[in-house]
Amino acid sequence: MANLDSKIPEGHLADKWSNYKASQKLVNPTNKRKLDIIVVGTGLAGASASASLGELGFNVKTFCYQDSPRRAHSISAQGGINAAKNYQNDGDSVYRLFYDTIKGGDYRSREANVYRLAEVSNLIIDQCVAQGVPFAREYGGLLDNRSFGGALVSRTFYARGQTGQQLLLGAYSALMRQVSKGSVKIYPRHEMLDVVIIDGRARGIITRNLITGKIERHFAHAVVIGTGGYGNAFFLSTNAMGSNGSVIWQIYKKGAFFANPSFVQIHPTCIPVHGDFQSKLTLMSESLRNDGRIWVPKNKEDAEAIREKRLKPVDLKEEDRDYYLERRYPAFGNLVPRDVASRAAKERCDAGFGIGSGLAVYLDFKDAIDRLGKETIEERYGNLFQMYEKINDENPYETPMMIYPAIHYTMGGTWVDYELMTTIQGLYAIGEANFSDHGANRLGASALMQGLVDGYFILPYTIQNYLADEILTPRMSTDLPEFAQAEEAVNSRIERLMNIRGDKSVDEIHKRFGLKLWNTVGMSRNKNDLKKSVENFKEMREEFWKNVRIPGEKNDLNPELEKAGRVADFIEIGELMARDALNREESCGGHFRSEHQTEEGEALRNDKEYMYVAAWEYKGADKEPVLHKESLKYEDIKVQTRNYKK
Amino acid sequence: MDFLLKIWRQENASAKGRFEKYKVTDISPDSSFLEMLDILNQQLIDKFEMPVCFDHDCREGICGTCGLYINGRPHGPDDAITTCQLHMRKFKDGDTIAIEPWRAKSFPVIKDLVVDRSAFDKIIEARGYISVNTGGIPDANAIPIPKKNADIAMDAAACIGCGACVAACKNASAMLFVSAKVSQFAMLPQGRVEAKERVRNMVAKMDELGFGNCTNTGACEAECPKEISLTHIARMNREFFTAKIL
Repeated sequence: MANLDSKIPEGHLADKWSNYKASQKLVNPTNKRKLDIIVVGTGLAGASASASLGELGFNVKTFCYQDSPRRAHSISAQGGINAAKNYQNDGDSVYRLFYDTIKGGDYRSREANVYRLAEVSNLIIDQCVAQGVPFAREYGGLLDNRSFGGALVSRTFYARGQTGQQLLLGAYSALMRQVSKGSVKIYPRHEMLDVVIIDGRARGIITRNLITGKIERHFAHAVVIGTGGYGNAFFLSTNAMGSNGSVIWQIYKKGAFFANPSFVQIHPTCIPVHGDFQSKLTLMSESLRNDGRIWVPKNKEDAEAIREKRLKPVDLKEEDRDYYLERRYPAFGNLVPRDVASRAAKERCDAGFGIGSGLAVYLDFKDAIDRLGKETIEERYGNLFQMYEKINDENPYETPMMIYPAIHYTMGGTWVDYELMTTIQGLYAIGEANFSDHGANRLGASALMQGLVDGYFILPYTIQNYLADEILTPRMSTDLPEFAQAEEAVNSRIERLMNIRGDKSVDEIHKRFGLKLWNTVGMSRNKNDLKKSVENFKEMREEFWKNVRIPGEKNDLNPELEKAGRVADFIEIGELMARDALNREESCGGHFRSEHQTEEGEALRNDKEYMYVAAWEYKGADKEPVLHKESLKYEDIKVQTRNYKK
Repeated sequence: MDFLLKIWRQENASAKGRFEKYKVTDISPDSSFLEMLDILNQQLIDKFEMPVCFDHDCREGICGTCGLYINGRPHGPDDAITTCQLHMRKFKDGDTIAIEPWRAKSFPVIKDLVVDRSAFDKIIEARGYISVNTGGIPDANAIPIPKKNADIAMDAAACIGCGACVAACKNASAMLFVSAKVSQFAMLPQGRVEAKERVRNMVAKMDELGFGNCTNTGACEAECPKEISLTHIARMNREFFTAKIL
């Protein structure tokens, strides 16, 4: 059994990363040429890692399911990226970013990792500017910042409402530069279907060419997974349609522990669900909470009148509005962290004050427009307002936006140590795919930071500590029995899927499963429902394998076959999510167990029994997974109850 | 709402394509165009027929994956949107809607409405970047950049690489796409260092890949979901001529 040694370096918190770098092993330039690395995924983490490893001189093979690496879902991130530059002179520092992130994560993340994240954050901004990322600037020519939830300072760098796009295009251009130099080879429209393990070490992957259906074998000395999160398990989420959890599920089944699967982030400001034909939910950036005020009517009668369209929100008097975040959390107001804002919206809607379908609240820009002028608001959020108007056919400059929480991000993921290595030797997980930095709740504008920090500045160091011992390992043949067996398993699963020929489409099954997951492992969870769901999801898994219908051929572009494989995995991931949520008898961050709350409805942690990372080990298809606990020790930070009220 | 769809079906790159007719009924005006196609595909699956293949991913207008030629317009009858942002309320009940893939020599059809746009990656590979390695860079505020220039760079950088400009152009030119990247870097001090090599290489690659020339029609600008302006093409031409002369 793999052990759970997180390999935290010695020394004071602020010295750990320097100490690590000073004593780690490195690979010399001539040996780098002899070493192959596979990177799966081309989001911020995967693209930046591929580019940086290629620059160092390794042979990199990079895979993505999209038609181009530039399209990975990091591109959809809107609001910004955090860094502790303190350009605003408002009291920011590495320590404060570290502190905010630990506190925002409700004291369920690893201290040393988070400190390193904050420490390296500043380099990311430098790197991106050097690449030509057009961040927003002040008239003096220097970089501008905005505020995000969970912070009292303005440390978020942004490029209009398209920060993720600009950062990803920066990483993509660095990646394409390495492609032109021959150090990276890209395999677009390729999906990884399994990892190949030889003598306990990751040695390659099996992929499917999505155009021809051809199953291919690829060797490498180390394999890096940057395939993002599993939020699409819920069917409706802000993720891209193709985003999936299959790779982290494949490696889980091969021995990589899966940490905190129940920690999912529900983003408070998304466009509400409006029909059963709906295929995805659209996020409205958290940056909007800088200037937008969230409210519902104070009186139920008004809420009802608005729902029935007898009353317009703009006609409701100021004193009849309940700005519930400003009321409940005076210190942070509309800029409380996401988990807090989401639960507060649910609470108001459940109590009968919701507008729209009843499951929506207002995000209002009237005050900001009066204060700053329409032009300034347009400059800050123009593309978001346009996006809203295209979807809802309403002009948010004139009437408040309607929003509701939706699944957005998964803090849980593959367990990794300080070096970002999984419990399988030579197998790494970076970005959203790993669990490492966000604890039970991620702060806004921190996903971009983590993805790029992992890819540009951490993995390129830590992977050498492993590869330095691999310099004598020759490239292996993909004819080895381990490759053949992995390919055979992949082929037989595809064969099995194609032969079911049932009567339900993949989407029909996914929608039903996703709704159940949302209702029981979503914003509010309880023991009874979770217990039932663990059983339910087993039944749904059986139903899927009996009843799914996939038209077409396997040796062809076949999106239904692609989706089927992903949904089969989502159903199993859902079961582990429910199991993990059931195990964690406390509320923390995005994990809210209704049995564990304060009188005021705030999350109630149980530090005595649950201050640990829950890392699950796969034991077989019909066996219960085994729980391993990595205790969290806070040496530098005082553990407190999160308070955003004062 | 009810619609008659005429959709281009083509089994693979070498097969001969044809239009097929499909009826969809009871579509909500609030449904997106791609959700309408999801409903059609569900109907086809119910009959155990092959669903219509089309590229799509983020469904919020930023990844650049989707791109359909709808009633003779890239991304359909609305301005400044991608196909995934088009909603059925933009059509009339009973409309016939023709749906085709991008048509350009440099974007061969893979299947049905899916085309191969890897030519765009090859253009970026031809120096569509600033040559910096990871690390060893100056502080982000070391070089002030006038806000105006940064804003122009951002206007250009908004390109999502969807290919609508190529599909809209009678010459299947990629000038708007290439100029967006050239222009972004031309406006930034970081990009000036290798500006000449960049524009020369990117233009040469564009020609090599079989994209046509620009004849200033402006169809690309009109159909660009991110409203990238023709002035970027003008800037690229200036950059290109300067690079040739000097």
